[in-house]
Amino acid sequence: MIAQLTRNERQTALLILLAVAIGGLAMAVGGRDNLLGIHGAIAMALAIVMMFVVIGGYYAPEPTEDRTASYYDDPTKVGIIIAMVWAVIGMAVGDWVAWLLVFPDMTFDAGWASFGRLRPIHTSGVIFGFGGNALIATSFYVMQRTSRARMPDQVTPWFVLLGYNLFCIIAATGYLMGVTQSREYAEPEWYADIWLVIVWVTYFVLYLRTLARRKEPHIYVANWYYLAFILVVAMLHIVNNLAVPISLTQAKSYSLFSGVQDAMTQWWYGHNAVAFFLTAGFLGMMYYYMPKRAGRPIYSYRLSIISFWGITFFYMWAGSHHLHYTALPHWVQTLGMTFSVMLLVPSWASAGNALMTLNGAWHKVRDDATLRFMMVAAVFYGLTTFEGSFMAIRPVNALSHYTDWTVGHVHAGALGWVAMITFGAIYASVPWLWKRESMWSPRLVEVHFWLALAGTIIYVFAMWNSGIIQGLMWRTYGEGGTLAYSFVDSLIAMRPYYIARAVGGLFFLLGAAIGLYNIWMTIRSAPEAAYDMTPDEPVVAGMPAMQPGE
Amino acid sequence: MTHDFLVGFSKSFGLFYLIALSIGVLIYTYWPSNKKRFDYAAKSVLSEDDKPWA
Ligand code: HEM
Ligand code: HEM
Repeated sequence: MIAQLTRNERQTALLILLAVAIGGLAMAVGGRDNLLGIHGAIAMALAIVMMFVVIGGYYAPEPTEDRTASYYDDPTKVGIIIAMVWAVIGMAVGDWVAWLLVFPDMTFDAGWASFGRLRPIHTSGVIFGFGGNALIATSFYVMQRTSRARMPDQVTPWFVLLGYNLFCIIAATGYLMGVTQSREYAEPEWYADIWLVIVWVTYFVLYLRTLARRKEPHIYVANWYYLAFILVVAMLHIVNNLAVPISLTQAKSYSLFSGVQDAMTQWWYGHNAVAFFLTAGFLGMMYYYMPKRAGRPIYSYRLSIISFWGITFFYMWAGSHHLHYTALPHWVQTLGMTFSVMLLVPSWASAGNALMTLNGAWHKVRDDATLRFMMVAAVFYGLTTFEGSFMAIRPVNALSHYTDWTVGHVHAGALGWVAMITFGAIYASVPWLWKRESMWSPRLVEVHFWLALAGTIIYVFAMWNSGIIQGLMWRTYGEGGTLAYSFVDSLIAMRPYYIARAVGGLFFLLGAAIGLYNIWMTIRSAPEAAYDMTPDEPVVAGMPAMQPGE
Repeated sequence: MTHDFLVGFSKSFGLFYLIALSIGVLIYTYWPSNKKRFDYAAKSVLSEDDKPWA
């Protein structure tokens, strides 16, 4: 991998790593009495390890091949593997906290094992670790293909990918130690946030630089979605994390906002993270990989543009539906509710566009688990957005808020949409990237698909039941106008559903682990696909016949 | 800048600039001469050649 870099690029890489190591050292020394010091030491150690990797390959001969003749895919390959590793970690912790809700004593009286510390490791691990790495990796792939141009240089993509993962590691280790600014999905403290700004702006500029080199005049719609994801996440992240640290050598900081402004800023961030991280980015993925895999152009290109702008305009205003019946002014709640309901239109336009693309290729969906992952993702996308628009209506939210219904909605989107479309995209790209005929085992892709689908359905139905029962119990009044059930009564009623959810989650986790194994085996042992074989040539004798899942 | 001013501004201008942008998007999308470009873009991602263009 280092051998691919030019001598100049190797030097630049070393300089960047040196700067990170020195920054880490300064934090470690300055913050030696504080948890910030531990994070400095971690950053320094990782930078030094990477320096050894670069030095190890420093004297390898420079690459000679004509680099304008191919795309630069090494960061995509590494990114996909990292994403799958985070998937297994994040989902394992998710299932752990799911069992923790069944057996609350499982914390060994240790701070790090408490629900409050492990839960954000789950949410950050799956959203940022798994989802974020998958988005970065696939965006590198898609932007080069659709621009018909190679990335401008070979150091920046590594900086983005590895720098982003440094952020993820700082986040996860911080939660274990109790470092948090207690903003959901934005828990890491100020120094991690500043680092992410640097990485993220570099990512945005890299994307623009690649687009600027494009040979294809029109910018394919998938790029618009990816770019919206990158740009808006930068805005959200910067505004929501405006804070003043109590000292440069301490982890703790105080937000610039307070009271209801604070809540509104957080949920403006929170909902747009759903919109631009968990939706726009993955729609970009879908608009590239689904037509590619199905071998059919997107059903309506115009509709994809209109839904793009619809999603971009409407989502921005929807965040206040997280704050119904709070101190937030009534009209702001109503605004959020109205925009949430309107959001159904572009959302269903996107889901419908995806399904119509597959219309006429249903035989492929039947035979090919990879395409089926994408199809199911589109269905769950439609389902989740319908549910979300419904839950955003204030009286409905009166029932759903604070209950497991929200958690059910979240995972219908997270498992059914985000994870499924990602698995589909990864199973499609791995053979393309490593020049293999197919995945090592199409059977295992099939197994993963059914485990994932079963897990999602069990999870979501358990939470719907549990959430609605919970909500109804909390609003049932007895004869004298007093509450009929105590809170503990509702907890006891939840228990069977929590067990079901944890089992469903285990299925989903197993599927992801099998996926990682299958990807690994594809890289290690599958035969090289005949490179120069023109696509429509008959399969050469002796090669395995095409199997379902290819 | 008072609270009332901000509220008034977002309730008036905020509404109209979004509507204007939406109309702009619709015009762009349905502009007849853009159709060819969109059809081409939709098909071009399917092409098999996996090399940057010279
Ligand atoms: C193996 C699969 C999974 C299991 C067992 C699982 C389990 C859990 C559990 C137990 C919670 C805490 C619920 C509570 O506080 O009552 C949770 C929250 C959450 N999970 Fe998962 N999860 C899984 C996969 C995922 C994936 C793949 C994603 C995202 C792509 C995700 C995103 C989230 C989010 C955003 C929350 C916070 C929800 C909220 O605050 O309302 N999860 N998960
Ligand atoms: C039209 C689209 C959507 C609308 C209108 C919508 C609406 C809502 C509403 C009303 C809530 C509950 C707020 C509360 O009571 O606290 C919610 C929560 C949530 N939704 Fe959606 N949703 C949509 C799509 C999605 C999608 C596609 C995902 C993706 C994975 C998603 C992820 C989440 C998450 C993570 C939360 C939990 C936030 C938290 O409390 O931590 N939503 N959404």
